[in-house]
Amino acid sequence: MSKPSPRRLADYAPIAFPAGMLLAFFVVPFGIMIAISFYHRVQGGFYEPAFEFANYERFLTAFFGGVLGFSLGLSSLVAVVAVLLAFPFTWLLVRQRRQVQVIWLVFLLSVLSLSEVIIGFAWSTLFSKTAGITNLFVALGLMDQAVSLYPSFGAVLAGMVYQAFPYTVLVLYPALSRLDPTLVEAARTLGASPFRAFFNVIVPSLRNTILATIIMVFVFALGSYLLPQLLGRPQQWTLSVLITDQAIYQSNMPFASAMAVFLVLVSLGLVGLSLLFGQREKA
Amino acid sequence: MMGTWPSRLVFACFGLFLAAPLAVVAGVAVNEKKSLTFPPEGFSLSWFGEIFANPEWFSALLASVGVAASASVLAVLIALPIAWFLWRWHAPFARIVQVLGLAPFILPPVITALGFLAFWSELGLYGEPWTVVISHGIFFVTLPLVTLTLGFDAIDGALVEAAATMGADEKTVLRTIVFPLIRPYIVSGLAFAFVLSLNEYIVAYMVVGFTVETLPIKIFNALRYGYTPTMAAVSILFVAVAAAVFGLIARFGDLPRLMGAWSPRDE
Repeated sequence: MSKPSPRRLADYAPIAFPAGMLLAFFVVPFGIMIAISFYHRVQGGFYEPAFEFANYERFLTAFFGGVLGFSLGLSSLVAVVAVLLAFPFTWLLVRQRRQVQVIWLVFLLSVLSLSEVIIGFAWSTLFSKTAGITNLFVALGLMDQAVSLYPSFGAVLAGMVYQAFPYTVLVLYPALSRLDPTLVEAARTLGASPFRAFFNVIVPSLRNTILATIIMVFVFALGSYLLPQLLGRPQQWTLSVLITDQAIYQSNMPFASAMAVFLVLVSLGLVGLSLLFGQREKA
Repeated sequence: MMGTWPSRLVFACFGLFLAAPLAVVAGVAVNEKKSLTFPPEGFSLSWFGEIFANPEWFSALLASVGVAASASVLAVLIALPIAWFLWRWHAPFARIVQVLGLAPFILPPVITALGFLAFWSELGLYGEPWTVVISHGIFFVTLPLVTLTLGFDAIDGALVEAAATMGADEKTVLRTIVFPLIRPYIVSGLAFAFVLSLNEYIVAYMVVGFTVETLPIKIFNALRYGYTPTMAAVSILFVAVAAAVFGLIARFGDLPRLMGAWSPRDE
């Protein structure tokens, strides 16, 4: 059944409200942010209209380069680790009974919806000296005394992988659950072990999905803001932290906006790339 | 297919990984004294009572619930006409509106947060408590938009045609066919937006961080001054609320389908 095109102006009326809302409260704020990124900063936390690239020129400093490099590196590592963990997990999950799948989905969604504050607090407790996991190691005789495992790079990585894992599973879930089950059956009938069937049939046939997922998780991890602060040292602060710090504490909206615009461009470019990979698989 | 015990082992390991931090927080939340120790010393639920008895925590709870409830309704009000319009009409331009609705959720949240900060400051409304409702409503529009698009896709076109053939006008079709079929997707879209708004930190912090204390902001502020067991109790309360809401969606709806397990076009 092909759908008709709207004919009268009144037909468009229902979409006027959502379009207006998104225009006023998403497109306009975005435009203002882009404009401010070219404004001139005045000492004392204000800015005045101008058109200068000074805020973008600050990207060339070694400090910014360091933060950017660290953010991109950390997000890539989180994305790769999360997909390495989530892919086999999701593959096993989609072959479980429906009931089992539903319970896991509820659990994953509950963890995914948790506030970053709560995830950061939970991991800092798990890594703490008095209530942490090292007490368990001491009790098992693996360690001599309990220690604090944070702030550290490992703690940031663990927290961010924890945050990204449910997201990764849910991004992979549709592709894996729609995968033709006869693929594996055919491989098994021809004598492949379950592991060979997984690595030689499943993984290659979903190569583009895996790449697209890595990119999606990378963008998701770029947004992590509180975990680097709660679990890491200042050296481990990411671009998201720097943007907030400049906007709120340094009152430098123009520079914060310039960094945000840069982050938008990186994210949009990557999301476009992941859509391209995802599209190719369907063809 | 893999035997059952290796896959059980894998599930147990992942279950442990996901549950361990929450289990430790649950443990410290029932400590009798105000100390961060695990396993807990003594057992007391008084820190859960503290959420409701302590006016600071209770007002943060009320603020969070109020924001989440109104923002999720706003998100659905924005998403519903878009999803309906795309289902009813062939209108390529409406896809642009749909992409705008999906964008806030795909971009790193700090960008949307900074955009709102700039926007409300320019209007001179920075810090007004209601601005966070609009900000969250826009930020979380993606969730009901996704569930509702799935819902409209699932409507059997024959039902609508049958009703039209028998003389039902558009309003009657909407009221008697479309709305009842869409209702579960409205509810799950509301629920997703509600739970995520409840937990959201950075947009709320940038928009009203200095005037309204939502629970995540309150926990973060409290963390700076050291540990109190109430924050552990609040965390567990949030996990319980999320599990209850998603459990209800799973009980009354089709969660695997909502998560994209199959689409009606594949049939």
